Amino acid sequence: MVFLLALLPAAAHADIQEYKLANGLKIVVQEDHRSPVVVTQVWYRAGSLDEYNGTTGVAHVLEHMMFKGTKKVPAGQFSRLIASAGGRENAFTANDHTVYFQQLEKSRLELALRLEADRMANLLLTDKDYAKEIRVVMEERRWRTEDKPQALVYEQFQAAAYQAHPYGRPVIGWMNDLEQMTVADARDWYRRWYEPNNATLVVVGDVSPKVVLQLATKYFGPLKSHPLPVRKAQIEPLQHGERRVTVQAQAKLPYVLLGYHVPVLYDPEREWEPYALEILSGVLDGNASARLNQNLVRRDRIAIDVSTGYEMVQRGGTTMFQLDGTPSEGVPVADLENAILGEIEQLKENGVTADELLRVKAQVIAADVYQRDSMFYQAMKIGNLETAGLSWRLLKDYPARLQAVTAEQVQAVARKYLTTDNLTVATLDPQPIDEHAPRHKEIPHGHN
Amino acid sequence: MATTKRCVAFLFGIVMASTASAGLPIQHWVTTTGIEVYFVENHELPILDLAVNFPAGSSRDSRDKAGLAGLTHALLSQGAGGLSDEEISRRMADLGAVLGGEMDQDRAALTLRTLSSPRESSAALELFAKILQQPEFSPEVLERERARMISGLQEADTQPASIANKAFYASLYGDHPYGIANASTPQSVSAIGREDLLQFYQTHYRSDGAVIALMGDVSRDMAVRIAATLAAGLPGGTRISASLPAVTYPAAAQTVRIPHPASQSHILLGYPGVRRGDKDYFPLYVGNYILGGGGFVSRLTEEVREKRGLAYSVYSYFMPLSALGPFQIGLQTKREQADETLTVVQNTLAKFIKEGPTAGEMKAARDNVIGGFPLRIDSNAKILSYLSVIGFYHLPLTYLDDFNREIAKVTATQVRDAFARRIDPDKMVVVIVGSDSK
Repeated sequence: MVFLLALLPAAAHADIQEYKLANGLKIVVQEDHRSPVVVTQVWYRAGSLDEYNGTTGVAHVLEHMMFKGTKKVPAGQFSRLIASAGGRENAFTANDHTVYFQQLEKSRLELALRLEADRMANLLLTDKDYAKEIRVVMEERRWRTEDKPQALVYEQFQAAAYQAHPYGRPVIGWMNDLEQMTVADARDWYRRWYEPNNATLVVVGDVSPKVVLQLATKYFGPLKSHPLPVRKAQIEPLQHGERRVTVQAQAKLPYVLLGYHVPVLYDPEREWEPYALEILSGVLDGNASARLNQNLVRRDRIAIDVSTGYEMVQRGGTTMFQLDGTPSEGVPVADLENAILGEIEQLKENGVTADELLRVKAQVIAADVYQRDSMFYQAMKIGNLETAGLSWRLLKDYPARLQAVTAEQVQAVARKYLTTDNLTVATLDPQPIDEHAPRHKEIPHGHN
Repeated sequence: MATTKRCVAFLFGIVMASTASAGLPIQHWVTTTGIEVYFVENHELPILDLAVNFPAGSSRDSRDKAGLAGLTHALLSQGAGGLSDEEISRRMADLGAVLGGEMDQDRAALTLRTLSSPRESSAALELFAKILQQPEFSPEVLERERARMISGLQEADTQPASIANKAFYASLYGDHPYGIANASTPQSVSAIGREDLLQFYQTHYRSDGAVIALMGDVSRDMAVRIAATLAAGLPGGTRISASLPAVTYPAAAQTVRIPHPASQSHILLGYPGVRRGDKDYFPLYVGNYILGGGGFVSRLTEEVREKRGLAYSVYSYFMPLSALGPFQIGLQTKREQADETLTVVQNTLAKFIKEGPTAGEMKAARDNVIGGFPLRIDSNAKILSYLSVIGFYHLPLTYLDDFNREIAKVTATQVRDAFARRIDPDKMVVVIVGSDSK
């Protein structure tokens, strides 16, 4: 371990520069000269977190519409220009942000910045394009969620765990909201959030930060900023007891997803709990010999798969510590749930071993080195932190913060947060495939 | 965290896996036991990546024990050289090393990513050698992994995407090994015993035919030693000739409709495509970019998604293999509009084959493929996979320099001619899972 710690300076994220234009656009540039390429990402601080009931999914719909053209760059041309420059491009929407990205040979950086600046301010949003694209989005929802049993379970799990907080609503939006949505909703969203003072430009690659700043100033500099709407914190009321939800869908195997409300990174200088939760996740599921796989899949053979999930960077100020699994043939899903809960109780009671702690930390250090093989991933880390209201500077401290976590702290967060009255359980109840059965049970409802 | 993307991954990446690296200084040698080694030395990151490839892909399966290749591959790291599955994963984790694997119809590979520092890399390599050379295939582990595989197959048989994929390969390849490669069933997996695994390992994980790819922070001397050590303990001897039979082209169109209550129909169209080193490869590659490989700018995306809003994702690709790999077009659409969408796809394909690409499309395709070259080799992980492919299929070391030059030479006439000769739109296999029509 001593040797691994000595590696830390080599893994430090040294060459990062940060700028801010007068209109509020933040720019973060990381130099990486291993290959003559550049990754550009524009991060908007606008995601499903900022949506309201009735228009869920609008952040993602607008993301689709961002490819539908401006006066200077008509519909479809954005993608054609990037493709002809040898580039790849796409976008994604999540709870906390909407991100547009390009990967190009380094001399093509200017093209990406020119196009992104143009669509930040000049999007057309025509009725005709909207009418077609909303159909595409509904197809996406069918593909991504409606026909995927485990995705349905996740959607219901979030909805049960969050009753007030917007994380309870799906990023893709409820189908009914998509059906009711109009181009005016998309326009409204665009006007509200697509502002330079609500965005961060992240550039990673074989570039000079000064040149990036110069080009960004040229294209984004002239854009005017507007005051952003006030964001009211939507805090989830304290949970007072276990919640359960069952999803019936066509599948062979059952599935169970458990989760506890836990804290996220808010004050990185003082907090240790998020880091302890991260280590806890590693002890349970950080590698094939970690507790859940070793005990439930390999030793007891009651599960085919088990895993955990915890993400400490969340703009919404809260998240779930998740555990999920699929029981082995013939094992009731309740038995797997009990076994997972048993592992948690065991950990709360007896803590973690020194070996387990060292193992997880060794993996953290190695992963910090490995991630430098991907410029795209490094840009993702920077953008995610910045958009959540934290700083890319945390990247440097992250391994050391995790190193500092003690066995007692891991046990303490398990005892404090992994409690029954803070638990939500969602279960998939698999249904046989019957192609003659009506899939959608329509329940009549009144309109007003 | 739920994330939605405007489009699924760029599927033309599958085809690009055939390309290598212009100007990449690939070093190549053969070990004393006959293993081919491909190495790129690079010290910018303290990482060593390596892959050992064997002609042990799923096309080596027999129908009655389909799944054997996959199970053998999965069990290699689950107990070896006197170490249990738990001890192996514990030690790898202690070192921060990551064990991985890849598997397709032709090839099975084991991969290792480790820090290049001497203590970590030597310990990780020692473990890796045990896994390669002394797998134990213990009966207990076999029983467990077989049960997991069977459950996975049963689950897959309820999901429309998996059902469509399985039907696609069965219809396109029938009894050809590439058909059997995707034909595992709970019954065939149940029939696999420990002696089958041992025999499969002895037959297909041999030093002759293996290809080692190494990338990263080691010296040439060290790379030579690593390759020699890994090679030394593999089963040797002369292996049985492993060439695949030729793929038969379909004699007539075939449409397979499988009922399913899903809200979307999953539609796949296909035809036997290209093999590695195929003379038509470059025109087909450029043509496919224009037809359905080029993400948002392809004809299929334009017709199906942009003009009509009929699908979220529609794509086409050629997967080059030792024998003719599949040419596939795929999409998902609301079941009520399955027939309409299928017609749009078929018309788009027929028109493309009849008329070929325009001059503008040819220029855009060349600009993308050639201009995007640096993106294909911008990480150690990507370079490692190219080394494996170049080695496994005996492509020239200059393959990538040649690649850009060949792409630059392709004309619209060649694309039209190659598609017309190689793809018969009237004899395609069509699979539709879940639709309202009869």
